[in-house]
Amino acid sequence: MLVPISWLRDYVDIDIDIDELERRLFASGFEVEEKYQVGKDISGVVVGEVLTCEAIPDTHLHVCMVNVGGAEPLQICCGADNVCAGGKFPVALPGAQVYMTAKDHVTVEGVMTIKKGKLRGYESNGMLCSGTELGVNEDMYPGAGYNGLLVLPADAVVGADVKPLLGLDDYIFDVSITANRPDCQSIYGIAREVAAILDKPVKEPALDYTESGITKDGFTVTVDAPDLCPRYIAHYVTDVKIEQSPAWMRRRLALVGVNSISNIVDITNYILYELGQPMHAFDGEFLEGNAINVRRAADGEKIVTLDEKEFTLNHNNLVICDGVKPVALAGIMGGLNSEIRETTNSVMFEAAKFARDNIRKSSRALGQSSDSSQRYAKGVDEYATVMAMKRALHLIEELGAGRVSSTHVEANSGNSLEPRVMKASVKAVNGVLGIEVPTDEIVRIMKALNFNPSIDGDELTIYVPAYREDMESYPDISEEVIRMYGFDKLVPTLMPTAKITAGGLNTRQKAELKLKRAMTSTGAYEGVHYSFFSPADLDLLGFAADAPERNAIRILNPINEDLSLMRTTLMPQMIHAASRNMKRGRMEGRVFELGNKFIPKSLPLTEYPDEKPTLAMVAWGSGENFYTLKGMVDTVADTFGLTFEYVPTTKPFLHPYQTAEVVCGGEVVGFLGKVTYEIMKAEDMREAAYVAEIDLTLLEKYYDKVTKFAPLPKYDEESRDLALVMDKAVSCGQVEKLIKDACAYVSNVTLFDVYEGAQIGLDKKSMAFSVKFTPKDEEFSADAVDAFVKKILKKLKNELQIDLRS
Amino acid sequence: MQDLNELKEVISQIKEEITGGIGSLENSKAVYEFKKNFLDSKNGKISALMKEMRNIPNEQKANFGKGVNELKAWAAEKFDEIDAALKAKEATARYEKEKIDVTMPAVKTKKGNLHPVTQIRNELIDIFASMGFDVFEGSEIETDYYNFTALNTPADHPARDMQDTFYLSPEFLLRTQTSAGQIHVMEAKKPPIKILSPGKVFRSDDDATHSPMFTQMEGLVVDKGITLCDLQGMLNTLVQKIFGADTTTRFRPSYFPFTEPSVEVDVSCFECKGKGCRLCKGTGWIEVLGAGVVNRKVLANCDINPDEYSGFAFGIGIERLAMLKYGINNIKMLYESDLRVLEQINDN
Repeated sequence: MLVPISWLRDYVDIDIDIDELERRLFASGFEVEEKYQVGKDISGVVVGEVLTCEAIPDTHLHVCMVNVGGAEPLQICCGADNVCAGGKFPVALPGAQVYMTAKDHVTVEGVMTIKKGKLRGYESNGMLCSGTELGVNEDMYPGAGYNGLLVLPADAVVGADVKPLLGLDDYIFDVSITANRPDCQSIYGIAREVAAILDKPVKEPALDYTESGITKDGFTVTVDAPDLCPRYIAHYVTDVKIEQSPAWMRRRLALVGVNSISNIVDITNYILYELGQPMHAFDGEFLEGNAINVRRAADGEKIVTLDEKEFTLNHNNLVICDGVKPVALAGIMGGLNSEIRETTNSVMFEAAKFARDNIRKSSRALGQSSDSSQRYAKGVDEYATVMAMKRALHLIEELGAGRVSSTHVEANSGNSLEPRVMKASVKAVNGVLGIEVPTDEIVRIMKALNFNPSIDGDELTIYVPAYREDMESYPDISEEVIRMYGFDKLVPTLMPTAKITAGGLNTRQKAELKLKRAMTSTGAYEGVHYSFFSPADLDLLGFAADAPERNAIRILNPINEDLSLMRTTLMPQMIHAASRNMKRGRMEGRVFELGNKFIPKSLPLTEYPDEKPTLAMVAWGSGENFYTLKGMVDTVADTFGLTFEYVPTTKPFLHPYQTAEVVCGGEVVGFLGKVTYEIMKAEDMREAAYVAEIDLTLLEKYYDKVTKFAPLPKYDEESRDLALVMDKAVSCGQVEKLIKDACAYVSNVTLFDVYEGAQIGLDKKSMAFSVKFTPKDEEFSADAVDAFVKKILKKLKNELQIDLRS
Repeated sequence: MQDLNELKEVISQIKEEITGGIGSLENSKAVYEFKKNFLDSKNGKISALMKEMRNIPNEQKANFGKGVNELKAWAAEKFDEIDAALKAKEATARYEKEKIDVTMPAVKTKKGNLHPVTQIRNELIDIFASMGFDVFEGSEIETDYYNFTALNTPADHPARDMQDTFYLSPEFLLRTQTSAGQIHVMEAKKPPIKILSPGKVFRSDDDATHSPMFTQMEGLVVDKGITLCDLQGMLNTLVQKIFGADTTTRFRPSYFPFTEPSVEVDVSCFECKGKGCRLCKGTGWIEVLGAGVVNRKVLANCDINPDEYSGFAFGIGIERLAMLKYGINNIKMLYESDLRVLEQINDN
């Protein structure tokens, strides 16, 4: 919120410098996000008096001798049409900084530094300035809007800095207000805080006015939706003269970035910034039926707002109606049909409290907002509502803008504006903090914050002003105390009263960390990707219309379509990771991710979906192949002391003959394979990529598996190498299984060579296995192992026509 | 052979033969072969001398034997000497032949890194686990109740505007804060409670310092007599472990619906030690987290008696810590699996 310091000074004496004020506000919970001087870009400009002014022949220029308070006058050339001897104007001395304007002298194009120079052969030792060149417009200083020199008053002191004269030395704070303090969304609200910080009284703005006795007989206000409008105040002003507002008011509005429109409209805007209460002024002439009715709109009801936009409303929108028709979209914007115009001669002021949620929702739903609606959405208190109406009527009188009638009608739901009594134990207040703030300090702070405190033993009684709706219980008092007393007075402790607890990771968390570390040991880097992905990713991977991956949860309000679905697989992001890295010149690498995929139980969601921790990996580059990735997958098995089996399968995004299911304990726990050439092309991947995904929810049951020590064999193990010849279609896994099944003493089967070639026939291949036999209860007899081998070969021959290679 | 004189002659002949022969030997194997001519038990010339013993008169036998044995010892020593010398030479030659350029690049064992966010997360967990905190990971998809209402943020609350929420249905949303987990924990477990709740959170924000997804770590303590001073003590411990022993915290008032009082916590700038630099924008302080004393209503919502128990909670943005610690300036870099980034953040 913008706070001009000159305006703030109306309500509180500030006897510390600007930096200290900023620091004190910050320490008490009001961060000054930005602090700037109004004339921050202007320097070295003084009041000058033109002593002589002579036209330079054949030009529009004049050469002037200007008294700037020094020993000698300066010679300055000037092109403005209102330069004249005897006049006082701002003079930018050499080295001064002012705004640079375009040829039109109106458009600011930047900041420039004034140098001595020559114009048409005449020395010029400075510049006489316009309002624009000093960043001052008509609202900020009367006459500054003229496209020529800014005329200074006759009593301006020659040689004096112009900044105080033009108000350019004023500072503006942009103060950040937390959501619990809507009462500080105004300059007066901030003034109350500053007064408390400085332990000074706050000066209330003038609220007095005199009613004329004129009445509007029979005028009524009814509120049909008191839940959305707890208080509505209407007051008529007659004999209105629409004029320009006085300079002081226009200047203040300009400082907070509001354009002056007319006295009546300006009063409402002024109060919005001064007291934080939105107000609206209706042209009384266009209000029909001698009544105001606040109600929910009828479905399909229409209104045209001040900015000439038409809205079709429904029962969620609140409207202000006269006796006949809607005249305002409550809290958001007035209707065009009752707008203040130049000919307006009677005005009905509205000051109301509307429910913040309703205003926010209507404003969003209709796509219409205003300073008022934004203010209402933060929360307005009825204390300010009542005060604002008085202030508006006072300003009517002060500005001579009309006569305050005696027609004042107020409808309210009975909320009290009186301070609420709140009692708390001093011990409890200090108990939240952990330090003993002296009771007299607590009382001093409560008093400064206008809580009117008293103490009886341990009992603190305070009176909470109606504008402090945030004060609910004693921790709120603790907060008020510590923010004024100083957080630096806390003494850090380490929970001396707390019970000792055992902490740390649970089994699953430990297992997941162990798994991540195992993955990095394969040379893979951990990646983290968004939990959402794009519908286009599902198309890229070629999932069928009824594939389970397509059953994804949609975000109702995504940032964009590419981030609109909760991911049902981590595969697209793994493929993109490989592709992105290759585009950036990393032609080989490994990445893994351990993150959730989201599987809905029903759509739209009616219960929590399954969030499945999933391990995904990708390996790309010329050094990778199916088996290197399989090594990474086997690392998962090794991490938990498991054995994975691999069964050929297909996936739409994987090579039809280089894809396998990962099976553990008879359950499919994942898959791995080579990314298809089609996806490689679409994703501009120059090297092959291999991906795998493991559903960790299926491995969780093994996380706490305790590794049991296997006793070392008592007798010598034996080993035999078997070179076998078989049909090409026979898989390594099939042979391994047969060998193991054939003999109970086989403890390990390891493939060590594969051969294909003419020697053994073109439809055949040879695979050589090393088979280990481990004795159980007694030593193998001399020919026992030979007998085992015979048995194995017989089984291989019988079942798959496998022969020993000759 | 007849007598000792003849033996002497033969000995000197053999010595001459050995002395003359070993000079031309080039390697250990040649030494072995040459040695066999003299010392081989079957055919060696010196071994053969022993067989002559039977022809020697008895009184000379002792001296004959002595002479042959001396020769044998002498020869063995000669051969050992030359063998050792040649072996040393061979060894040197072998080493010389294997000379390499030690400045050539190393062959490394490939090892990846944990993600920077995981690294910071682990670091935080280690600190808090040692202080008795459990780790609770809630779900990424939450209900409006757990994310907002139970945290004292009812539907009309302006604090909802502070966070742009992704909705999945009128009831379900992507959690905007790990605080949502607080409620689940407090519903399931009664004090003493010390939990750390790390996880992904989501807000509809997208620029260089904001990502629609980021990672938060929530800490919650509920027990008897927990105070704001305890919060500061805990956070001091935290920042000192992460940023260095001379780091301190500064509290300033703030507002969160679920804590009262609420504070923003700044740490003294670890880059300039509080003097003011670019990192801290000249202030000497860096904003790192929000915290506060748990709001009584939140405790009551979870059936914990707020008159008996109190607590504190804090929430840290892990990416922000990672970015500060490693000097990463764009949060998006953390979600692209760019190996050029991930390789740099070593997890030792």
